[in-house]
Amino acid sequence: MKRKDDSGAGLTIHRVICYLVLIFFTLLALFPFYVLIVNATRAHADIQKGFSAFFGGSVVSNFKAVLRDDAHPLVRAMLNSFIIAASSSALTVYFSAFTAYGINTYKDFKFRKFANGFILLIMMVPTQVSALGFIDLMAQFGLTNTFWPLIIPSIAAPAVYYFMLSYMESSLPMEIVEAARIDGANEFKTFNTIIIPMLKPALAVQAIFAFVQSWNNYFIPQLIIDSKNNKTLPILIAELRSADFTKFNMGQLYMSIAFAIVPVVIVYLILSKQIVRGVTLGGVKG
Amino acid sequence: MSAKLEDANTIPQTAKSNSGTSGKKIKGVNYNKWGYFFILPFFLVYIIFQLIPLVSTFRYSFYEHYISQGLLSEEVIHRFVGIENYKTVFTDKETWRTLGNTMIMWLMGFVPQIIISLLFASWFTDLRLRLKATGLFKTVIYMPNLIMASAFSMLFFALFSPNGPVNDILIHAGIIKESFRFFSHAGATRGLVALMNFLMWFGNTTILLMAAIMGIDPSLYESAQIDGASSGQIFRSITLPLIRPILVYVVITSMIGGLQMFDVPQILTDGTGSPYGTTKTMVMNLNEHLYSKNYGMAGTISVLLFVLSAILSIAVFLITIRPDTSEVKKKKSKSK
Repeated sequence: MKRKDDSGAGLTIHRVICYLVLIFFTLLALFPFYVLIVNATRAHADIQKGFSAFFGGSVVSNFKAVLRDDAHPLVRAMLNSFIIAASSSALTVYFSAFTAYGINTYKDFKFRKFANGFILLIMMVPTQVSALGFIDLMAQFGLTNTFWPLIIPSIAAPAVYYFMLSYMESSLPMEIVEAARIDGANEFKTFNTIIIPMLKPALAVQAIFAFVQSWNNYFIPQLIIDSKNNKTLPILIAELRSADFTKFNMGQLYMSIAFAIVPVVIVYLILSKQIVRGVTLGGVKG
Repeated sequence: MSAKLEDANTIPQTAKSNSGTSGKKIKGVNYNKWGYFFILPFFLVYIIFQLIPLVSTFRYSFYEHYISQGLLSEEVIHRFVGIENYKTVFTDKETWRTLGNTMIMWLMGFVPQIIISLLFASWFTDLRLRLKATGLFKTVIYMPNLIMASAFSMLFFALFSPNGPVNDILIHAGIIKESFRFFSHAGATRGLVALMNFLMWFGNTTILLMAAIMGIDPSLYESAQIDGASSGQIFRSITLPLIRPILVYVVITSMIGGLQMFDVPQILTDGTGSPYGTTKTMVMNLNEHLYSKNYGMAGTISVLLFVLSAILSIAVFLITIRPDTSEVKKKKSKSK
């Protein structure tokens, strides 16, 4: 009856259309990065002359120009960003799973319903709306210009909690918890040694999202950090925008952007299989 | 599944009354108190770092703040002014214009994003299509999401500048005669902001939706195929209803993200929202007030943002979550 979908020709045409659309969007996503890499290898004078699809020979001089620029300490900023993002990501996934486990496993404690409803409610509250009170409070705590205000709040991540709870509801059998109880394990230990390993696929994906979110974060850090040495990468890159472009070395500019982008892309390309497999595993289980 | 869980809780409940005397004898120790232990860190951190700041932000919106210059020292004066700040914000054209800009640029990016992501997610998981190299496509389209928004904006600024590569390519291709000033046209600048948001998020959304689709019981698809359902029918009657929870999650998080739009237009226009403030978002406006220590106005705009996100989220929930029929459908299909 459904000739269109079952016949070989119809399916082939369908496939070709899919591939064309996919290739178009793939190229669209790749184009900015291709130009970035090409221009990071070209000298300022060459870039001014016009676009070229081929690599230039000024990688080293552009690289040195970035390292030499004391007004924009990029390497330091990368390190700062990495420390903050890695800590935030670890705290976010661990404590989101922790909280979701509490709600999912213990069905009968006083504030359970309220707690779950409350977290779902605050999922909709953007961090920006409390920014004013946040910077004010951090100033009172004497934490302005430190990393703590950028790390500790990651423990409470409502969206990740919600994801973990859905994941547990669909694919965490209570029998395992009960079996651990019969073996006499305490609940905290059960969570760390049995539940966490079972959640690995979901945790890995969420850890990447959390890392990216913190790594990209610009709004709160630019309000908290003001000393040159504590600046994170997004703050420093944003400062390049205010540079005088009639004088600025464009080769250095592209190289600076590459500094912010290329390491992440390399790490991503190495881990992408795990990410994709993690997503796949998480899905199949549920 | 849910029935099993209920059984699991009734045991501790009945054991509760005599747990004091014979806790060990009956295996039903009351584990429920552990619930407090597991939710404590979240609430502690949330209250200190989000809730208290939120309340004080709200409080600030009812105060006027000014610096009084004394002979020896400066002093910040807080004076209660009631709803004066609200009157100012609501009559300020900037408020409405930045709200409009934010919504326009979000929609311009999100509508294509959800369509393309749903399309890709269904293609990648289509058992009949069996597309090759899906791993490669997924890897590439997700990549822009890892890119820091500020670096990406800086890159787009360089790419689309009057003597940048894009203009150069367009001139050489004979599409335009002289360089097009992208950042002098409201439509072009907004379009670039939307394009960047689209590129950064469509891969992420595709992966989330794929995970949801792959979580659906494969036997549902198999039986639908045996019954001769087309890809479109399978998508509408099986995939869409079953991934609705994740779809709600995607829409809500994107909407909240849209209201928060800041990094991209801020850096692309160097904080000016140029041309003529057409790309200035609500959070850029908030940021300006935070920098000029205009706390009364900043607090009021924050409250407005809070109310807006609350309204939008409730609307999405009401529209997308209809009385849940998926459970009934599942049972019916199983009984067959």
